[in-house]
Amino acid sequence: MSSTFDQVATIIAETCDIPRDTITPDSHAIDDLGIDSLDFLDIAFAIDKAFGIKLPLEKWTQEVNDGKATTEQYFVLKNLCARIDELVAAKGAGA
Amino acid sequence: MQLDYFQLIDRILDLNTEEKTITVEAEVPKTSTIFEGHFPGYPIMPGVLLIETMAQTSGWLLLALMKFQRMPFLAAVKEAKMRGFVTPGELLTVEAKIVHEGSGYAITDAKVKVAGKLRSNATITFSHVPFPNPDLRGHMDAVAKRIGFPLAILT
Repeated sequence: MSSTFDQVATIIAETCDIPRDTITPDSHAIDDLGIDSLDFLDIAFAIDKAFGIKLPLEKWTQEVNDGKATTEQYFVLKNLCARIDELVAAKGAGA
Repeated sequence: MQLDYFQLIDRILDLNTEEKTITVEAEVPKTSTIFEGHFPGYPIMPGVLLIETMAQTSGWLLLALMKFQRMPFLAAVKEAKMRGFVTPGELLTVEAKIVHEGSGYAITDAKVKVAGKLRSNATITFSHVPFPNPDLRGHMDAVAKRIGFPLAILT
């Protein structure tokens, strides 16, 4: 997880010009870091490329809009990194 | 091209859904009210319209890849470069290819060429959503016919 977090934090810092040392595993990408949906597309692109996955942003957004999930589940960085790890593992298992 | 109606593509020359590429053609009109202001005595096609032309070209490629189930909307433009003037009457060849297909968004690279020479290029991000209403879908169907969209690739 820590390796994933380091990569994701670096991506966020470079993509959104946010000081790296202000980004922690407990940071909420939207509420704490102020990342908007357009900037998050850039982050998603960089994560997709770096990890060889496809973040299911539409599914997550739909779940949040439907009240089936909270933004914390997907956009607090430690949770986001856990989702990334799951997607990477699922990709490896399916390969 | 009809600049004031944002009809910037005349015809699709090639659309390859396996390679995820498209090539279209468009002739810049010899006269347009836009040229009266841009610029008086020195008419050139505005860079923003070259970007829009590349965005529309990319959009047709995305529509094809999504089989007209979703509509792409321009979200971001990066690395847009105007490398040379485009003037009234010139024939543009516009190419686009997919860089990345994400969840609810896509990124393309597009180029505008005149006689094989690069005049403009950009990396463009789109968000895409299900068609918001039947009117827009009907409009896109009509434009697809006008520009020779190869409907056979959808089946």
